[in-house]
Amino acid sequence: MNPNVTPPSQSAFGAVEAEFDALTSGVAALSANAETATPPETASADATQTQPHPSGGAKPRIRIGSAPVHASAMQSAESATVDALSGAGRAGAAPARESIFDVREMSVSYGTNTAISGVTMQIQRNMITALIGPSGCGKSTFLRSLNRMNDSVKGFSISGQVLYHGHDVYAGSVDPVEVRRRIGMVFQRPNPFPKSIYDNIAWAPRNLRMKDDLDRRVEYALRGAALWDEVKDRLHASALGLSGGQQQRLCIARAIAIEPDVLLLDEPASALDPIATLSIEQLMQTLKHRYTIVIVTHNMQQAARIADRTAFFSLEATSRAGVLVEYDDTDVIFTRPRDPRTSDYVTGRFG
Amino acid sequence: MSGGSGSLSPALGPAAAARGPWSAGRARGTKTDRFGDALLKSLCAAASLLAVVILGAIFYQVLDGASAAFSQLGIGFLVHEVWQPNFGHFGAATFIYGTVVVSLVTMVIAVPLAISIGLYLSTTASGRVRSVVGPLVEMLAAIPSVILGFWGLIVLAPFLQAHAEPFLHSTLGFLPLFGKGETTGLGLFTASLILTIMVVPIVAAISRDLFLTVPKDLQDGAIALGATRWEVVRGVILPSAASGVVAAAFLGLGRALGEAIATLQVIGGGNFIHASLFGTGGTLASRIAEDALGTPYALQLSAVFYLGAILLAMELVLNLAAQAIMRRFDAFSAVAAR
Repeated sequence: MNPNVTPPSQSAFGAVEAEFDALTSGVAALSANAETATPPETASADATQTQPHPSGGAKPRIRIGSAPVHASAMQSAESATVDALSGAGRAGAAPARESIFDVREMSVSYGTNTAISGVTMQIQRNMITALIGPSGCGKSTFLRSLNRMNDSVKGFSISGQVLYHGHDVYAGSVDPVEVRRRIGMVFQRPNPFPKSIYDNIAWAPRNLRMKDDLDRRVEYALRGAALWDEVKDRLHASALGLSGGQQQRLCIARAIAIEPDVLLLDEPASALDPIATLSIEQLMQTLKHRYTIVIVTHNMQQAARIADRTAFFSLEATSRAGVLVEYDDTDVIFTRPRDPRTSDYVTGRFG
Repeated sequence: MSGGSGSLSPALGPAAAARGPWSAGRARGTKTDRFGDALLKSLCAAASLLAVVILGAIFYQVLDGASAAFSQLGIGFLVHEVWQPNFGHFGAATFIYGTVVVSLVTMVIAVPLAISIGLYLSTTASGRVRSVVGPLVEMLAAIPSVILGFWGLIVLAPFLQAHAEPFLHSTLGFLPLFGKGETTGLGLFTASLILTIMVVPIVAAISRDLFLTVPKDLQDGAIALGATRWEVVRGVILPSAASGVVAAAFLGLGRALGEAIATLQVIGGGNFIHASLFGTGGTLASRIAEDALGTPYALQLSAVFYLGAILLAMELVLNLAAQAIMRRFDAFSAVAAR
């Protein structure tokens, strides 16, 4: 709104475009420093104030209190290039990839009820990681615990660690608002705000003071979610007039408008018809080049179609708590799983 | 319809026969059934009709009672400010002014306060605080207005006179609104505060319930976009509940307009219009309450009815305005004009 407040030098929006340019012209020099080692876990507290926010004009909402997070966020924009380039030749190259999440012995309970117990897994950059399993096995709980969406749930408590770029998301110094700003989420039921299409996308960027070139940001987000062509002539019409599939893509567009690092999708297609589901799945294939995607799905075929890695959750027979049974490349999970419970599930013998 | 039922009965026959040990159940459409339906219908219709009849009767009574004043005092009644029955001076302007000012000040203080309480109780407060403070706030509404007025007279007014009014006068005295206080502390400002205490619990309780009904889906969507609590409130909760909050505010305003006894106790019974909030005055309702009983002059009684007619008209206009504003808000959230 006020150009004096936000220096529009190079918004993150511009950075993404630059990344595109680099990609097309084949210049990989940009990413020379991208694959640095995982940042140190102890953060230096002094670097908080002076760091420029990675998203250019965005309001610095950093109480995460550490330079490494900034560095990794910067790096995420840059190294996307590398991953996108090398992504073409991906196949079993998984171990070489950088972990975005390193979850260690995560247990979650609601009151006295243990929802998941002792989950340890790593989630890798620029991949689609699918979480499958029977109802009530805690996969949504796991997903929502990654960006602290469970904080407001009554009786929620968590033990273990969720390390995001090496930093514990649940550390006392971490502001959950900042966590969610970096780790976006799309829900089972499309939940557009009762505003116009444009305002749905522009709402969060306005909050974050990413106000320069808002029109282009909205267009970029809508193109990113493969919705632009369908809505470009009615941007100021109500979002509630869109179909279910369009609304869900709008929610994805809304999430990517603030350029998160990770997208968490909680059964995003379960309320949609097959055609809309297909378009969401195709969309994810393009989005994974820029974002890391974690998706909960009830639909095993969907996981098989889209995911690079698949984690199978199940209920432990005695404790009735959700556990991670097996986590591997998707084709391993579906063709030669190691655990008999996984094979029972993927062959349809239960669940 | 008829074709459907025709094909239905033969299909039902064997099904009913195959039902086994259960009885087939009573057939519908018996005399008792029809009588029950008719009774329900007529009772409901009669109750609704009764409400309309009473409304009509009151309107008639008020207008009929005021007819003498209408013809003798005319439209000039609305702009004459002096009310001195023993001299035959009747003017409503002081009371119209008092009603408008007191209501405005009440709403200006009460609505933000009530919305804040509603937000606190619905979004911020912990479960235990919510279950204690919520009912307490509602209990505030249960205090009889005459007791509230009495408290205002003996506690609030002296306090305002000694502390609040001198302070406001010395800091904001350049505005005519904050003139020099009266010696008693009674006046428009005190009345506004008493009415605020009466209005807040209603608006707060309704807003809290409205905020609690804002879909969790929408709030989660905003939270997942890295929104702060305030941004969720401003961007999702308030817009979703806006039309209801406006309705609640108007409900509260209706109470402020119509409250007679408590207002009468603390407003000081002034007879003239003056800019200062700290001066005495009167509202339509308080004047009606003061003069409705035992008036020696027939014209005075009629003039009181005239005041009642004005109050009725104000409430009517208010009601229509509230509906128009609510429609507008609903249209906003549906079409989302930018």
